[in-house]
Amino acid sequence: MSSNDVQTSDFQQSRREFLKRFGGGIAIFVTFGGSLELLERAEAQSRGVPSDFNAFVRISEDGRVTCLTGKIEMGQGPITSLAQMMADEIDVPYEMVDMVMGDTDLCPWDMGTWGSLTTRAFGPLLRAAAAEARGVLLELASAALSVPVPRLQAKDGVIFDRQNESKRIAYGELAKGKPIARHLTVKPELKDVSEFRVMGQPKLRRDSLEKVTGKAKYAADIRLPGMLYAKILRPPAHGATLKKVDSSGARKVDGTLLVENGDFIAVLHELPDVAEEALGRIDAKFDVPPATSTDENIHQHLMSVAPKGDLVAKTGNLEQGRKRATRTIETRFFDGYVAHAPMETHAALAQIEDGKCTVWASTQNPFGARDKVARAIDFPLDRVRVITPFVGGGFGGKTSNMQAVEAARLAKAVGRPVQVMRTREEEFFYDTFRPAAVVNVHSGIDNAGRMTFWDYEVFFAGERGAAQFYEIPHHRTTVRPRGWRGGPGMHPFATGAWRAPANNTNTFARESQINAMAAAANADPIEFRLKHLKDPRMIRVLKAAAKRFGWTPAVTPSKRGLGVACGIDAGTYVAAIAEVAVNARSGEVEVKRVLSAQEMGIVVNPQGATIQMEGCVTMGLGYALSEEIHFRGGQILDTNFHRYEIPRFSGLPKIETLLVEANDIAPQGGGEPAIVVMGAVIANAIHDATGARLKRMPMTPKRVKAAMQEA
Amino acid sequence: MAATISFKLNGERVRLKADETRKLLWVLRTELGQTGAKYGCGRGSCGACVVLVDDRPVRSCMAQVRSVRGKEVVTIEGLAKGGKLHPLQRAFVEHDALQCGFCTPGMILTAYGLLRSKREPSREDIVKDMDRNLCRCGAHTRIIDAIESAAAELRNGKSTT
Repeated sequence: MSSNDVQTSDFQQSRREFLKRFGGGIAIFVTFGGSLELLERAEAQSRGVPSDFNAFVRISEDGRVTCLTGKIEMGQGPITSLAQMMADEIDVPYEMVDMVMGDTDLCPWDMGTWGSLTTRAFGPLLRAAAAEARGVLLELASAALSVPVPRLQAKDGVIFDRQNESKRIAYGELAKGKPIARHLTVKPELKDVSEFRVMGQPKLRRDSLEKVTGKAKYAADIRLPGMLYAKILRPPAHGATLKKVDSSGARKVDGTLLVENGDFIAVLHELPDVAEEALGRIDAKFDVPPATSTDENIHQHLMSVAPKGDLVAKTGNLEQGRKRATRTIETRFFDGYVAHAPMETHAALAQIEDGKCTVWASTQNPFGARDKVARAIDFPLDRVRVITPFVGGGFGGKTSNMQAVEAARLAKAVGRPVQVMRTREEEFFYDTFRPAAVVNVHSGIDNAGRMTFWDYEVFFAGERGAAQFYEIPHHRTTVRPRGWRGGPGMHPFATGAWRAPANNTNTFARESQINAMAAAANADPIEFRLKHLKDPRMIRVLKAAAKRFGWTPAVTPSKRGLGVACGIDAGTYVAAIAEVAVNARSGEVEVKRVLSAQEMGIVVNPQGATIQMEGCVTMGLGYALSEEIHFRGGQILDTNFHRYEIPRFSGLPKIETLLVEANDIAPQGGGEPAIVVMGAVIANAIHDATGARLKRMPMTPKRVKAAMQEA
Repeated sequence: MAATISFKLNGERVRLKADETRKLLWVLRTELGQTGAKYGCGRGSCGACVVLVDDRPVRSCMAQVRSVRGKEVVTIEGLAKGGKLHPLQRAFVEHDALQCGFCTPGMILTAYGLLRSKREPSREDIVKDMDRNLCRCGAHTRIIDAIESAAAELRNGKSTT
């Protein structure tokens, strides 16, 4: 069966389930593709949105509208912005929209919540579904009121005759009686920005009340009668193999149940802490392979095993560009492994009842979790349901669903509901780290201070953000490899997508090198960039940032400690300016002020977009200044927050944000873009303060001091 | 050692039999169903598990359950009184001082302890007192704003809506 077949049959199955569960009301199913060419089918698939059917919309007899989406809420706020879209397109008050998210039995298939795709790729589909639902309601109203559709108008959940406003009927009235399933294929009319009433308005989060009162449930908060808590035996290092095990100590603890299947050994108990304690009584011996790679020598290793490059951008002739250059600079940049470290560790609760497995999971991709669970316990897909409660942070790290599989396997083995919740140590150990990476950049300027060539080669960060966007006549960008995982033997442990994957490393290297070019040209770094920019979106956002910050041009290093960096991510343009002070004796960097300016097309929720920018600035300070995984072979040395330093209240600068209006551009990504510039903006500010060029992240006091001695 | 332990939890008397050296967090979350207290690190490094013991913030992942014998424990579930949000809860909502919400109960209860000892904290006071509470989403500046605004409200003794 192709993946399309799977989706289709899933859908039919879940449509039946859906109608059964919801009883009365109107359910709208919309077909995409064919006559509806909002998104090309292939494009839809590559973007991870349903290509056969779009979101379910349901209008209930009380007039409330339910939006059902496979997207999940992990903090970035789609629970709010998607509801805004729904309300506007279907013409009901915002408060009348309910959200059902991440339930694989109720919601249409979705690849996952990542890549800043929720608004820009899923948003148009959701809006189209809502607009079609409004079309269905108009047809039903036309029949009920005996008024032709063109004479009808929908507003605030009521449809009325424009010629006789007393002739009116509410959505809820239309939804009364037996369930109506409608299926439209005409292309819906999406509203123009000028018609928005809910979209574009700053909205507070919808889920705050639950979250400040403790009512919000996360996966590990779900309780079922008879449930057990499982703790699983883990190796001391990646690549280690279990040699010998004696679990008798654990068996002696009252009330424990053991599951032993090869090297999968779990202790289960009605109390999680007792299970943990019993696990500690298992005597296990592992063979640990000798450690060869460490966080210090990993870059050499990566460069030696990197695959041949893929060319992703090329213009002109590098040789000519080199000849025309009067000053060239070649720099090698380094980045380390970084952890996701969401505050909520991975958790799942699995229950098997009447041949159906239900899993409550902390996941960014409930459908991926469902497929994995089904395979692991040998259940058909329609006998597995994944429900996603609130997710306590993901950032790209909650996609492998290992804990959901473990919980399901154990529930199957013991015939009772089983919870698996990782300890913080397990969370660090099994994280899919942002990969360590190396970037080589060689570039040059001519006598007039114009860049003549740019030769960029990136190892292991990945492709996103690698291609540069300046006007340079001769340039080449090579990625080795395109993705970040490489293959077996490349990284000593798992790697994966981390908020704006690849782009943080690439923007650090590119914008640091651009600044080095500006310094070589004795130019102001903003003027130097503007001189090499043609893209009006980038010019606009950079100028807006400079103006808001109160930038006055000066040759860098100016001793002011001001840095600038630009980036493009998820269709959004970002420019940031930072002010730092560097303690020459300790090498400590105090970030005093960060301004982040962003142009993201139409802004659905300005409040939510602003908060994502603030979050990106804050999180970005971590990878820029302190975050790095230390390891010896497959052994992860940073096991908890006392060793792995994420940003705290005390290190935070004054954060300012600026949204640059661009209502002529479709909505773009918002959860990630503002983070990509954070490494470079700090590095450039350090250089501006001290003349020292930081080539390796994170820019720890030790590295800053070393760079200052070199300068 | 299993022992009978009684204390007050969110205004109600509770009595349970448990190994008295077990950590308060797990007893609260498991036997007592108060899942608002979160596990974040298990070693007192993140503050997600903070609850109030006799009105003072305590990291429940480090505290043994016997340490609350005869005392009054309040979790985030018990902070709103008679359906009325505490000014800190209201301020967190009004300032959008949260994203994923996982650190929020610990943030609010830690701030509660701060406002109890300092009626008019400066921003520096707030930063200093909150510094051992971790947030990964980056809601920090809004959390500080929310605490400042709740402090003002508590000082003025008014109950704004």
